[in-house]
Amino acid sequence: MRIKAQVAMVMHLDKCIGCHTCSVTCKNVWTNRPGMEYVWFNNVETRPGVGYPREWENTDRYKGGWVLRNGKLHLRAGGPLSKLANIFYNPNMADMNDFYEPWTYDFQHLHWREKGESIPVARPRSMITGNYIDKPEWGPNWDDDLAGGSESVPNDPNVRKLQEHIKMEYEKTFMMYLPRICEHCLNPSCVASCPSGALYKRDEDGIVLVDQDACRGWRFCMNGCPYHKVYYNWNTHKAEKCNFCYPRTEAGLPTICSETCVGRIRYIGVVLYDADKVKAAASVENPKDLYESQLSVFLDPFDPEVIQKAQEQGINNSWIQSAQESPVYKMAIKWKIALPLHPEYRTLPMVWYVPPLSPIMHHLTNEQELGVDGFIPAVDQMRIPMEYLASLLTADDTTVIRKVLLKMAAMRVHMRAKTVGGIDELKKSKLLEEANTSADELEEMARLLAVAKYNERFVIPTGRREMLDDLHYRQGACSIEELSPPEGMVTYPFERSESQ
Amino acid sequence: MEKKHNNLLHSLKHLVRGERINDGWTEESPSSRDWESAYRNRWGHDKTVRSTHGVNCTGSCSWKIHVKDGIITWETQQTDYPSTGDDFPEYEPRGCPRGASFSWYTYSPTRVKYPYVRGDLYALWKEELGKAKNPVQAWENIVSDPVKRERYVKSRGKGGFVRATWNDICQMIAAASIYTIKKYGPDRICGFSPIPAMSMVSYSGGTRFLSLIGGTILSFYDWYADLPPASPQVWGDQTDVPESGDWYNSKYFIIWGTNIPQTRTPDAHFMVESRYNGTKVVGVSPDYAEYDKFADMWLPAKAGTDGALAMAMTHVILKEFYVDKETPYFMEYAKQYTDLPFLVQLNKMNESYRSDCFLRASDISDQHDLGEWKTVVWDEDTKDFAIPNGSEGFQWDKGNKWNLDLHEINPKMSFIDESDAIAMVEFPYFGEKDGGMVKRGVPVKKIKDKSGNELMITTVYDLMLAHTGIGRGLMGDYPADYNDANKPYTPAWQESITGVNQSHVIQVAREFAENAALTKGKSMIAMGGGTNHWYHSDQIYRSILNLVLLTGSQGVNGGGWAHYVGQEKVRPLEGFQQIAFANDWVKSPRLMNGTSFFYFATEQFRYEYEKHEEETEWGSQYTNMHPADFNALSARLGWLPSFPQLSQNSLDVMKVARGRNSDDQAVVNDIAKQLKEGKLDFAIENPNDPRNFPRVFFNWRSNLLGDSGKGHEYFVKHLIGSTDSLLTDIENSWQPENVNISEKPPEGKTDLFVSMDFRMTSSGLFSDIILPAATWYEKFDISSTDLHPFVHPFNAAINPPWDTRSDWDAFREIAKAFSELAKEHLPAQEDLVMSPLAHDTINQIAQPYGKVKDWRKGEVEGIPGKTMPNFNFVKRDYPHVYDMWITIGPNIKNGYGTKGVKIPGEKVYKELLDRLGPSKYDGIGKGFPDLFSDKKAINAILLMSGATNGKRAVEGWKSMEEKTGKKLAHVSEGREEEDYTLDALTIQPRPAISTPVWSGLENENRRYSPFTVNKEFNIPWHTLTGRQSFYLDHEVMLDYGEGLPLYIPPITRGAFVKGEKEIENSGKSITLRYMTPHQKWGIHTMFTDTNNMVQLFRGWQVVWMNEEDGAAIGIKDNDWIELYNRNGVVVARAVLTYRMPRGAVYMYHAQDRTMGVPGNTINKTRGGTHNSVTRIYPKATHMIGGYSQLSYGFNYYGPTGSQRDTMTIIRPLKEVDWLED
Repeated sequence: MRIKAQVAMVMHLDKCIGCHTCSVTCKNVWTNRPGMEYVWFNNVETRPGVGYPREWENTDRYKGGWVLRNGKLHLRAGGPLSKLANIFYNPNMADMNDFYEPWTYDFQHLHWREKGESIPVARPRSMITGNYIDKPEWGPNWDDDLAGGSESVPNDPNVRKLQEHIKMEYEKTFMMYLPRICEHCLNPSCVASCPSGALYKRDEDGIVLVDQDACRGWRFCMNGCPYHKVYYNWNTHKAEKCNFCYPRTEAGLPTICSETCVGRIRYIGVVLYDADKVKAAASVENPKDLYESQLSVFLDPFDPEVIQKAQEQGINNSWIQSAQESPVYKMAIKWKIALPLHPEYRTLPMVWYVPPLSPIMHHLTNEQELGVDGFIPAVDQMRIPMEYLASLLTADDTTVIRKVLLKMAAMRVHMRAKTVGGIDELKKSKLLEEANTSADELEEMARLLAVAKYNERFVIPTGRREMLDDLHYRQGACSIEELSPPEGMVTYPFERSESQ
Repeated sequence: MEKKHNNLLHSLKHLVRGERINDGWTEESPSSRDWESAYRNRWGHDKTVRSTHGVNCTGSCSWKIHVKDGIITWETQQTDYPSTGDDFPEYEPRGCPRGASFSWYTYSPTRVKYPYVRGDLYALWKEELGKAKNPVQAWENIVSDPVKRERYVKSRGKGGFVRATWNDICQMIAAASIYTIKKYGPDRICGFSPIPAMSMVSYSGGTRFLSLIGGTILSFYDWYADLPPASPQVWGDQTDVPESGDWYNSKYFIIWGTNIPQTRTPDAHFMVESRYNGTKVVGVSPDYAEYDKFADMWLPAKAGTDGALAMAMTHVILKEFYVDKETPYFMEYAKQYTDLPFLVQLNKMNESYRSDCFLRASDISDQHDLGEWKTVVWDEDTKDFAIPNGSEGFQWDKGNKWNLDLHEINPKMSFIDESDAIAMVEFPYFGEKDGGMVKRGVPVKKIKDKSGNELMITTVYDLMLAHTGIGRGLMGDYPADYNDANKPYTPAWQESITGVNQSHVIQVAREFAENAALTKGKSMIAMGGGTNHWYHSDQIYRSILNLVLLTGSQGVNGGGWAHYVGQEKVRPLEGFQQIAFANDWVKSPRLMNGTSFFYFATEQFRYEYEKHEEETEWGSQYTNMHPADFNALSARLGWLPSFPQLSQNSLDVMKVARGRNSDDQAVVNDIAKQLKEGKLDFAIENPNDPRNFPRVFFNWRSNLLGDSGKGHEYFVKHLIGSTDSLLTDIENSWQPENVNISEKPPEGKTDLFVSMDFRMTSSGLFSDIILPAATWYEKFDISSTDLHPFVHPFNAAINPPWDTRSDWDAFREIAKAFSELAKEHLPAQEDLVMSPLAHDTINQIAQPYGKVKDWRKGEVEGIPGKTMPNFNFVKRDYPHVYDMWITIGPNIKNGYGTKGVKIPGEKVYKELLDRLGPSKYDGIGKGFPDLFSDKKAINAILLMSGATNGKRAVEGWKSMEEKTGKKLAHVSEGREEEDYTLDALTIQPRPAISTPVWSGLENENRRYSPFTVNKEFNIPWHTLTGRQSFYLDHEVMLDYGEGLPLYIPPITRGAFVKGEKEIENSGKSITLRYMTPHQKWGIHTMFTDTNNMVQLFRGWQVVWMNEEDGAAIGIKDNDWIELYNRNGVVVARAVLTYRMPRGAVYMYHAQDRTMGVPGNTINKTRGGTHNSVTRIYPKATHMIGGYSQLSYGFNYYGPTGSQRDTMTIIRPLKEVDWLED
């Protein structure tokens, strides 16, 4: 058992209001500069829809993630040899059209245009070529709220797969939002795709990064990642990606996207897993088993053996305690209401999603059925087809989706009964039975999903900087190391590492 | 200790192998991670500053502005709101993507960094200044010469700005203002700045200046049509709604035409989270709106038919929860808190009856003081009349019985079981045609009045049951059952109108009421622009409000209406009003309702649609009046304000009258006489007279000409005088009869249009002067909102860069330049201000029984303050305007207040002096509390208001005790010592203190919910009966058939009117209903130009439409289209989707056309704004006044600028012409 800690995230899609605040606050801090105009480490997609970059889930085209061949994991885009063959031309990479050509407007023209016949206007201009354009043709969220309708929706790879279940009609409209960041996978294919070894997964918290010193700009990570969450900075000629705001998480703060999420959909916490099981878990034959096999790599943070082993392997008490209080552990592993995005990519992603509820499609018309417990509609009548959710979250296994939605509905019925009354005990017990849950569990869920305070949503231990052995030096020279090279100094002659 | 690494070795480090784990699958790499410091440095910053965004979004969110290396880098939300309690979701974080993009503006290319002035005007100014004796003369030389004037007026909106200095510009503004005051009167200087709540001090800078000089200050809430007229009609209150946290307390939540996730972004989570606590959510919307994602049911009602849906729900609730089976909670509530048991007289009309006025105490006896204003019930126990406390008369009879205590009275709801007769009563029914009716039997009592005449009376409840079609076995045109589709207002009847399945309507109505019965009123309806922005908004709203009133949900936490359109709530209201309107120095500011002002100023009244002349069974007298005629009548009778007030200069009028009379009353009589004899003219009756043009116009904190200026092309043509794209003229339009008009409507009325902004908008482009404003991260101010209980500060993260100034500082400069010039050109003198009969003053009992009596026709004596506007005399000390502007005047000592709440002033004035310090400026305000800086203004407002100062709150409650005879001071006594200052609010947000200025209670983790004060302490509503009103008995209301809530279809006016020359259309086109709901990527035009918002959708402007409608005219998604009707033309791109219903388009409100909008093909001008195809439709019933809750209040009651009832023709744009070289 090789215990590793991962700082992971849950996004509760039922709560997502599709506002994109996460995208903007993230962009302001991380990608608001030349070379990164088109880059959104965090983006939000309306679904059904094609996403950003366009059709990123089209693995036939971009060839991201892993495939299982003869029981062994291979990069879908090919191994080192094919990379070498294509090193100056990667046929599977998304290009600017798939992302978008960023544009701006000629604002100063408004101030300075000489007197003329018409009201001045700031014309759109490409931020790549600087040329005027008549109109933008695509953007990072072009199909927001089903914009583009049936010209766009059929190109959603999940829709294409499930055509008979998706009706593009006014009366049958449904939509949901899917915010996306890097998945910080347990089995990251971007890392494996890099010919320069520039990508790595941090030992202490599992955050996946591109070493900006080491990156050579080959860009195989871009499509090696099936989520298309590694980007090329055309100015520095290096890849950059979501860094899970490690400068903040190291200080115990949530990521920017999480703290600024006004839908309060995001939860961050630590999970412990057995690194020795990752390969096997990603290698199960049937894609529908991947969800369960991924769950099997996680360790119970309350298990005394796990605690002891973790401590032996250098995971300190505060991290273990955080894992015990982790909202991610509760939602993904304990209650099983949060699911991984496209487990079939076999990367074991570490951003989890609670599937959304939706309005009922076929209303009850029989007045006899309108009891008080009928206030909360049944999951089988909901607008978003379970097949669609299953395509996103369970490698097409609708039984898992149904279980989650049932639990959510049971929580609502139970809480309604508790706060309003009007449902008898017998009905209640049947409901709990059907949803395979208990009143205690539902109340605990309701607390975390509805009320959870900042410190309950974000349970993040500070970075284990004590593992560095020159902390006295760092305390004095932090950020001005260039001015204070440590050579030949005897300022701290007593400094000695514990291991010596 | 770490050693400096070797770069070459480091670069090859990846070749060094680490330990392999996980079956050789994973390598533990030994590589250095020094590079990680790069991102850590990016995250680092030097300070964060608490500020907020001064935008009309209702958000008022607290933000951390991050400053790094002296540069504003980004913003993130504050998370330190005080807790809402252990078991309740918190307010953190609050914010949205728009607010998060704001920092872009600071250094953006759209930033206005220096004062700009129109080149043509500046050249003229410099030239004349050199020639004339003084600046006032120079201005006169320009504007009195038609050639010179036209030279710069015609170049408005066409580029050609030059840079100028603040000194130059302030001098020009001062000269123009002084010239205007001397020549025409001070009320020709007008200012538009909306929504003080979004930045009170910045608002006040300009309004304080205008108040001191006697300028006209325009309202916005009614003009925006955000004001729900139903609120004053039903409650006598502008708008009072639950804070968003209270949504979580609801157990049944209908979202009805307000896109909570999209437009109340920071608050949406409370609604979402309430679902996990067991709340059912229902969405009503014509499109599959964002909020429907969270609903359990979606009711896709057709646009504008919400009233029909609500009336059918009313029918179900009355039938099932009142008549078939009485619900005790509802019945008790209705008796005590609504007007349902009050008695109404019936009038005989031919063979049947119509309902008329409420029965008054004065009808049956002479015993009652102000008996004309005391309404009557029938006591079930004594079988006799009873006059319960709390009606309007008790508010003003100087007693202490203005309360809702019923004591021994048991009001009878219905005469069904002891009627003297069943009267056949006519009820208006406009569902299928204008002016129709149905006849239904109503149980009545026959009584004798004090003179012995027989009266037929019934209750509002009996009328409501008959009107909504609940038969009770009575004769008349009642529906048989729910399935009767031909009779209003059954569920089946509504289905053919709304398209919503009748069984769903029954289900939702039943659940809504059942939930309220179980929870004692925790059923809530969120409503907003989608249901409010209609011509018949008041009827739609009243129909929906039936549901919360009938279920006892209003005045209950978690229940009632939740209206969110516009950030109207200035929490520290009473203090703000003193600073903003300079009440500390002078009384009676000229507060003008924006709708009437713009209706006349932009000449929209000359382009009215045809008069309806078909025979109707209902109404006749007022319904056929031209809105301009009705508005003139309204001004004349003192109902609505009208500024500019007279064609004559008010200073001259005063001088003459004062000169020939000895005392004030004689002056009043003199002026009244001149008016009656027609020697003085109301300006509103002579809008085309050049004397009455708005000559100088200030536009700040606003983008009037790119955003809220409904009827944009009328603004451009008539107010501004630039090239417009109006596609009609007055030839085929309906003209007023009693308003004097010129043959051709005047164009380019304003002499000087001044804007103040930090970015370049359409308003800036049309202005003569643009003053560079500091942004919200560069100044000090405060903001508040309905949606949370906090007052948030703005703080400067950096000082104003370049030549920018805060609005407060800018108007101080202007005031200074003005005063200096006035010393020579404009001596102190007396002004006459004619103000309307105002709400919450004794004037609201000026016109008994709500009968219309016109003094001009001799129907009544013309008495100022009774049948005419009030006449107030105000001293204008022009040379000392600056001195007054920068200090707090002594009037405060006399006490002040608002909405009938009084605060004693001596103590306050002393506290102000201590807190602000005495002014050292050598002027008439020397030694008075210093108001020089924005920070002092903030602290003054906070100190003077109950919501932010516990002492004021307690003083306010005590003043209410006197009138109501109820114990109230205890409500805020526990917080008496709380005293908020700018510094304190900057450390952490603080929750507002309960004050009688507002109707909700909000102490100790209790969420604010309106009218909880009324319900829990039996404090009357500010209405005729003192109760929540179903019935409005004003003569005009009854003439319109709007005595009771009813369904009136949306008006469908054609794109062109009969006889008009239409635009030739060879290709395909389609005519659709055009709506302008609030958008997702901006707050009005704000934020739409930030780089992030631009990228996140499609760049502007776009129009959402159903894809089959798109296919019908052969367009694809993102194709260019042209939308037009008689009002103008818009060019935009189409967003096609199946999420929209057929037959309607959304051009999201206010994308502005400064970016990416080419020319149109019809008249080759720039393809307009979203308001280029709209115009306003003022409704006469909103112009009523001098009558209880139907009395005027600034931003409180009055005609709304509704523009939703618009049809447009849409066709593909044939060619893209940028009209630029």
